[in-house]
Order: sequence, then structure tokens, then C-alpha cells
Amino acid sequence: MKAMNKTLLAVAVAATTALGGLAQAGAVSDDKVKIGVLADMGGVYADICGSGCVTAIEMAVEDFGGTVLGMPIEVISADDQLKPDVGSAKVRQWVENEQVDAVGGLVSSAVVGAATKVLTDNKKIALISTAASNAFTTSACSPYNVHWTYNVAAMANGTVKPIVQSGKKKWFFITADYAFGHALEGVATQVVEENGGEVVGGVRAPLGTTDFSSYVLQAQSSGADVVALANAGGDTVNALKTAAEFGLTQTADVAGLLVFTPNAQAMDPATAGGMTLTTGFYWDYDDATRAWSKRFKERHGAIPAMGHAGAYSMTMHYLKAIEAAGTDESDAVMSKMKEMKPDDFFARNATLRADGRLVHDMYYVQIKKPDERRDADDIFKVVDVIPGDKAYAPMLPECNFVKS
Amino acid sequence: MATFLGINLFGLFGQLLVGLINGSFYALLSLGLAIIFGLLKIINFAQGAMYMLGAFAAWMALNYFGIDYWLALVLVPLAVGAMGILMERVLIRPIAKEDHLYSLLLTFGVALMLQGVFTHVFGSSGMAYAIPEALQGGIKLPFMYLPAYRAWIVVASIVVCGATWWMIEKTRLGAYLRAGTENAQLMQAFGINVPLMVTLTFGFGVALAGFAGVMAAPVYSVSPDMGSNLLIIVFAIVVIGGMGSIGGAILTGLGMGIVEGLTKYFYPEASSTVIFLVMVIVLLLKPAGLFGKEA
Amino acid sequence: MGIAEESSMKTTRFTPSKLNLVLLLLALVAPFVLYPVFLMKVLCFALFACAFNLLLGFAGLLSFGHAVFLGTGGYVTGYLMINTGITPELGILAGTLAAGLVGALYGKLAVRREGIYFAMVTLALAQLAFFFYLQAPFTGGEDGLQGVPRGHLFGFIDLANNLQMYFFVLAIFLFGFWLIQRTVHSPFGQVLKAIRENEPRAISLGYNVNDYKWVAFIISAGLAGLAGSTKTLVFQLASLTDVHWHMSGEVVLMTLVGGMGTLFGPLVGAAAIVTIQNYLSGGELGNYIHIIMGAIFVVCVLAFRNGIVGQFRKVLKQNF
Repeated sequence: MKAMNKTLLAVAVAATTALGGLAQAGAVSDDKVKIGVLADMGGVYADICGSGCVTAIEMAVEDFGGTVLGMPIEVISADDQLKPDVGSAKVRQWVENEQVDAVGGLVSSAVVGAATKVLTDNKKIALISTAASNAFTTSACSPYNVHWTYNVAAMANGTVKPIVQSGKKKWFFITADYAFGHALEGVATQVVEENGGEVVGGVRAPLGTTDFSSYVLQAQSSGADVVALANAGGDTVNALKTAAEFGLTQTADVAGLLVFTPNAQAMDPATAGGMTLTTGFYWDYDDATRAWSKRFKERHGAIPAMGHAGAYSMTMHYLKAIEAAGTDESDAVMSKMKEMKPDDFFARNATLRADGRLVHDMYYVQIKKPDERRDADDIFKVVDVIPGDKAYAPMLPECNFVKS
Repeated sequence: MATFLGINLFGLFGQLLVGLINGSFYALLSLGLAIIFGLLKIINFAQGAMYMLGAFAAWMALNYFGIDYWLALVLVPLAVGAMGILMERVLIRPIAKEDHLYSLLLTFGVALMLQGVFTHVFGSSGMAYAIPEALQGGIKLPFMYLPAYRAWIVVASIVVCGATWWMIEKTRLGAYLRAGTENAQLMQAFGINVPLMVTLTFGFGVALAGFAGVMAAPVYSVSPDMGSNLLIIVFAIVVIGGMGSIGGAILTGLGMGIVEGLTKYFYPEASSTVIFLVMVIVLLLKPAGLFGKEA
Repeated sequence: MGIAEESSMKTTRFTPSKLNLVLLLLALVAPFVLYPVFLMKVLCFALFACAFNLLLGFAGLLSFGHAVFLGTGGYVTGYLMINTGITPELGILAGTLAAGLVGALYGKLAVRREGIYFAMVTLALAQLAFFFYLQAPFTGGEDGLQGVPRGHLFGFIDLANNLQMYFFVLAIFLFGFWLIQRTVHSPFGQVLKAIRENEPRAISLGYNVNDYKWVAFIISAGLAGLAGSTKTLVFQLASLTDVHWHMSGEVVLMTLVGGMGTLFGPLVGAAAIVTIQNYLSGGELGNYIHIIMGAIFVVCVLAFRNGIVGQFRKVLKQNF
């Protein structure tokens, strides 16, 4: 076994050096720029990124002209099935075997956590558009992570602060009982307390709970002013529906801490109307967002969620950085991305920080009531624009990868 | 608020009532499973998918054909039952003589396919289905606000379960059914069309799941995976109750809903596991289940 | 009436040592042709399916909760590798033992019922474990345990290298496969078969049937844990996927496709299913993965109950 291992090692070393030699030959490795799109294509998060993210990234490549530095840009995609093991295995295969330069999409925080570890080990860039966790630019930060659209902290800051400041001080949390829910609750609790509010109770509901009525009853008997839903997707939709049914919405405000456009569309306008939330993008904000969203809808069949717009915007920025750097080598591209100022219909007043966090304007919106809606796509009213530095937490010194 | 020995009674009653409502769904689903098992000795793993199908059928009926809730409550179980009949004839009948584990695997495959198809067509965010107008609003009880629709769930479930129990245990038709399960050949000799009876019974058991699906549509989000997680709980309930009796399935379903409600009040962290824990205890003390007849 | 009754038990007849040698040779050359991580995945799932098949194919017990043992092995190994810095072989040993322990506990309960009830009990117990792992602090919940180091085998062979890792995984698989083969052909295995064919008779012959089933359950669980521990090292990750009931369904499918009650069936089935999944996840068909898996189930049960290996053997038998 030992002797064999040595031979194997020799073969492997030879193979790696050969590949390494190839990579050094041109400014663009393998004579093309290859972007992988990893997303949940058929599960609960399929609507918030999924095939829409593939479409958005393809649109960016087309709008860029299809080539960069004279070399073609290729987009491939895969379904992570919401499984960290499937996702990280796919990414490993892409970077080890299929010459992928950067991976976009990236939805579920669990999958992204696993995928970014593989990418960082291989010095490839993660273009994170839809994942929620703060970790990718804090505790698990990496010089190769770019986190574009939003994060948990921005959601909590954006949604919680205005409600507490309006005088609704007593909060109750219905929290999804897993890491993401706990993180969301933690950040939101902090914001509540910093602004003079108090948390009067909370309950942890298992992921994918079908019946929220007992949690709603507990929220009701707590006497809270605001019931915050620290969950996502179908759980939020279900919890809100039950809250309305049991009359909770008449005695307290319900705040969804993470609501995507497709989730908001799935909610009954009569009960969801009036609820406030934070989003990184709204398609009907101004002419620029409408123009892009119209093109997106023509191709995808639905209005873009924030992750879709984010995926387009960051792919554009990535390609521009390759052009400016004159190479697709990850370190050079990353420093160009952080040096150049992103500015498009999505990224407003934006800077890409040294830790890879895009700090940009966020939108505090209210779900429209039935009589306020023109059609099924007319779901939000933009109440306020939150400047990026008010929404996002400051950079941690240990995650500053551009030290001068 | 009324308290007794430090317990918030209002809160407790609320959770008990909610438990009873959930128990109504458990009862409907485990009753359907029990009927199918009683006659065919197979566990229909697709029962959860049929429940999901019922909810989607109600949604499609409303949005594509303008069929309202009340009509759907009659038509959808018929349609889902017809699906069940088709499934029995085309898929299950050919392997009826094989080991029963094969039909378990077959129905598992059907469940995966149905769930996959609906995920593909409708996505997985879930569809909203409004509560019918006549059942909107609610009743102000001293300890909680009881939405009218939730009260309706309990009533409808108890009526349907009760009627089914009466039909199987107390009528001539039921006697044929029970005799058919005991000795099919003898019944055949008496001129009873046993294969037809098997098919219709399968259809009826599946229709119960479809009915539960329509009942669930207005209160739970109509989504492709709504049935699969529920089904595993119902399996545990079936093990707890034992497959011996129709009445046992109904009572265990309702009872476990209440146990779950109590847990949500006293120790919410265990609410997702309490039924499985009860199952473990029952297995240790009475392996055949509470109402089970077999040794 | 055992589920694998149709499959012939004469495994030795069509698997002479020549075939074994050819397969071994293929396994040694494969990583230089195919992507090693893919091959390691196949080997891990093959071991998992072989362990499962020990129970289904040779003892007639359909466990619908085998994911628990895969996942338990993975979590324990992952946790120890991250937090204690022990060497990989010890980590895997600990994971295997932990899975065996859970298997002993679950098996004791499950063997009290048989047939369909056994399937339902194992499924329900597995769901119990799923919720436990979802909430337990040491599993990382939804995120799972990420960035598990592969470490140095025996302290000096660096497993970060895919090829070295591959041969380690191959050695583990061969060990597991050998153990199963030994178990099946041992007197213990013969009693298991007797129980599968006619349980009342085995009881009347004085065998304590439940104890035999229980021991088979523990061996199967332990080997499933071995597969899970190894998989965690390969992918450097332990996640809820491994304890979800979908995984329990997948291993049933692998065994069914390959051929229940055959020694090589689960290996072939695992290779087939992993390849299909790999292919689907990359292409346009990704959306159809559940539909296709479900359809394979239905087709296998209706028309292909012997599985690939069973069918192959039948054809051989008829023509030669």
C-alpha cells in the first residue's frame, strides 16, 4: 500500500503540475471564462433563485457581449437539491475537473457554507446572491467571497428598527428552529433591545411546520405588540395565514423578517396587506428597475426576486473586473472588484467592502392591500430607502482582506 | 387569566383544542390507511401524496373551473378516489400476490412521482386557498378565539369518521367487507365480487385522504410536500393504535393530536418528537399497539 | 415469505474468484480514468446499500430508516475530526461504533414487529432521530458540520490528496464487503435465511429469532455507520441529508435496482443511482429528479424485481 501510494503521489503531482502549467499560459485560464450557477432548482427555494438565477446570469453575459478579453464566457448550472453534500460535491467537481472560474447563484446558507469552503480552498470566487447568513463576510469570511444582495443583519435592521421606533415595544418571536432562524432571531432581538424595546416571549417552531396555530395562540397570550416571524419561505406564508385566522393580526403587528417576492405573492393580500419588510430590490422602484425587470419577466415568466437582480448585477461587476484586470486570475479579479464601484439599477450608492460585503441601498416596503393593487405583480409600496451603512453591520477587522 | 396550580388554564385549553383539530386530520388519514390495510394488507405509502393531491385538486377546481369549496368537498374526494381506483387496478393488482413489502415500495415510488410532478408544475412556495365565506370569522370562547373553520374541521372529521365506522362495523355492506378480508375465496363462492370490492374499498380509503386534503387547503399552505411529513406521523399513529380496528385508528388519531397539543404547552421543544416517543413506549409495553388484535 | 425469495442464493456459483479479481483490478485503475471523488461517492453508497441489503436481502427485514445510521456515523466522525484532532481511522471507528450503538437500541425496538410494521417502526424511529439531530447543538443543525478535515491516516498519509483518499476508501469498502460476505455464509447467516424463509419453523427449531434479527440489525447499522463516517471524510461534511427519510428511500432504491439478496446487486445499484443523480444534477433534467426516482421505483417493482444482478444471473442460468 505504501509503495503504491508513492507512485500514485508521483502521478498526481505530475498531473497537477501539467495542469498548473496550462493555467499560467494565457491571461484567461483554459481560453474561456466559465461561471457555474449552483441553486435549488426544484425545492422550496426554487422560486427565489433557481432557474431564474441562471436566466439572470445568462442575461448579464449576453449584455456584456458574450466574450471578455476576447475569450468566450460560458455558463453552466446545477441543482444543489438544497443539500450541502450535493452542492459542495458539485462545486468540487466544477473546480477540480471542469475549469470553472466562479460560482454564482448560491441560495441556502447551509449549501453555500459548504460550497464556499471548497471554492476558497481552490482559490475560486463565490458570487453569493441569495444566501441569508452573515457568516460569509464575518465568522466564515474569505478573500474569495462576494455577498451581494442582502443578509440577515440587514433584514433585521431594516424591518425591526422602524417598528420599534414607532412605539411598538413588546416583541414576540416565532422562530424557525434551526441555525438560520436562531441567527435571525438573535440579530433582531439585539435591534429590539438597542432601540428600547423588549422581547416578551418566543417560540421555536420546527422547520416545515404545517400547523402554526398553537404558536399563534402562545403569541396571542403573551400580549405582544409585534409578532416577528424569524423564518422563511413557506413557513412565513403559513404562519401569517394562521395569525390572520386566529385574529392575531387585529391585536398585534406581524413582521416577516425575511420575505421574498414570490412568498409575498403567495400570501393572501387581504391578510398580508400592510405588513412591512425589508428587501434588497423591488422591481417597480423606478424606470431602471422596471426596464430590467420587464426583460427578465419576458424570459423567465415571473417578476424578479431580489436574488435574481443581485445575480445579474454581480455577474456584470465580475466580468467588468476581469476586463479591467486583464486576467481571470481570482486574486487580481477580486481586488479589481473591490476597487471598482458597482453602479447599476440594482446596486445604488454601493461599495464592495474589503470583506466582500456589498453595502448598498435597501428598501423598507409595505405589502399592498387588495384595493391598492393594479395586478398580481403590484405587491410592494416602497416606504423608505435605507442607506447601506444603516442596514449592514460594520466590517470586522479580521475580515479586511485588502489591507494596505 | 385563570390559573390552576400555576398553569395558565386558558392557554392549556387553547392548546388542547388546537390538538383536537390536528387530531382530526390524523384520524382521517389513519382511518383511510386502516381501511386499505384491513382489506389489502398493504400500507399505502401514497396516502400522503393523495392528501396533497386533494388539496391541489381543490385549488385547481377553484382557480381553473370556478368550483367553490362546498362542491369541491364532494367532487374532489370522488376524483381522488378515482385516481386511487386507477392506481389499484393498474399498479397494485399485478403485484397483489407478491410480498406486501413490494406494494409498500410501489406506493412509495408513486408518492415520489406525484410530489415531483406537482413541484415541477406549481413550484414549492405553496398556493393560497381562501376560507369559504360562510366559515369566516369565529367564535369568542372564554379562553380563546376559535375560528369557525377550525370548529368545522373537528365536526366534519368526526361525522365522516363516525359514519365510516358505522358503515363498516354495523351494516351489511361492512359485514361483507370484513368477511372478504377474512376469507376471500368463501365470499367469492357466495357470489360476492371480491376483486371489485377490493378496488372500491381502496378507492374509498384514498378518497378519505382526498377529503382531508380539501379540508386542509384553506388552513395549511397548499404545497407539494404537505403530505410527506404528515404521513410519517400518521405511520407512527398507526403503529401506536395497531391496525386491528377501525375505531382504534380514529381514537388514536384524535388522541395523539391532543397529546401533541399538551406537549406544545408544557414542553414545546419535544412537540415534533412526542408522537414518536409515545410509539416507542407503546412498542415496549404492547408491541401489537393499543387496539391491535394480532399477537 | 421473504421479499428476496426469488433471488437465488447461490452467490458463489456466478462470482468465481476470477470475477472478483477483474473487479478489483478495475477498482485499482478507475481513479486514473474517472473523477476520484465520484468513485468514492459510489463506494460509500455501495457499502451503505450492501449493509442495508444484509438486512433486507438476507434477513427479509425492510428497514425504512437506515439513513439514521449513515448520518450518525457521519456526525460522530465529523464532530470528533473537527473538535479533537484525532486521526481519521479512529474517527471512523468511533462513528461506526456509535452507529452500531444506535442500531442496537433501535433494533431492539424494531424487531418486536415484522413485515410492514417493521418498516413503519424504523421509519418513525428515524424521524425521531432526524428531529433530534436537527435540534442538537453538536450537529450544526441545517448547516451541518462543514469543513471536516480529512487528516492524516495513521498520522502520516495525507488524505487531502484525492488519490490517496480513494485507496483508503476502497480498503474500507473491501473490508465491509468482506465482512458482509463472511456473515452471509456463516452459520449465523444460514439461520437468518432460515428465519426469512420460514419464521415459525425457525422458532420451533429452538432459535431465538428476535435475537438473530437483532444482531443482524446491529451489524447492518454499524456498517451503514462505517459508510457514513467515510462519506463524511470524503466530502468533508456531515449534513441532515444523510439522516432524512429521502436517504432511507434512496438506499432501498439502490438495492432494488441492483438486486436484493445478491452480494453484488447493491454495488451495481449504488453505482447506477449515483450516476443517474450525478447526470441529472448537471443538466436540464434536474427538475425531474424526484419524478425519475419515483418512476424507477415503480418500474422496478412492477417488472424488474430481481434487479440488474438478479436478472443477469437469471439469464446466465437459462442460457449456460
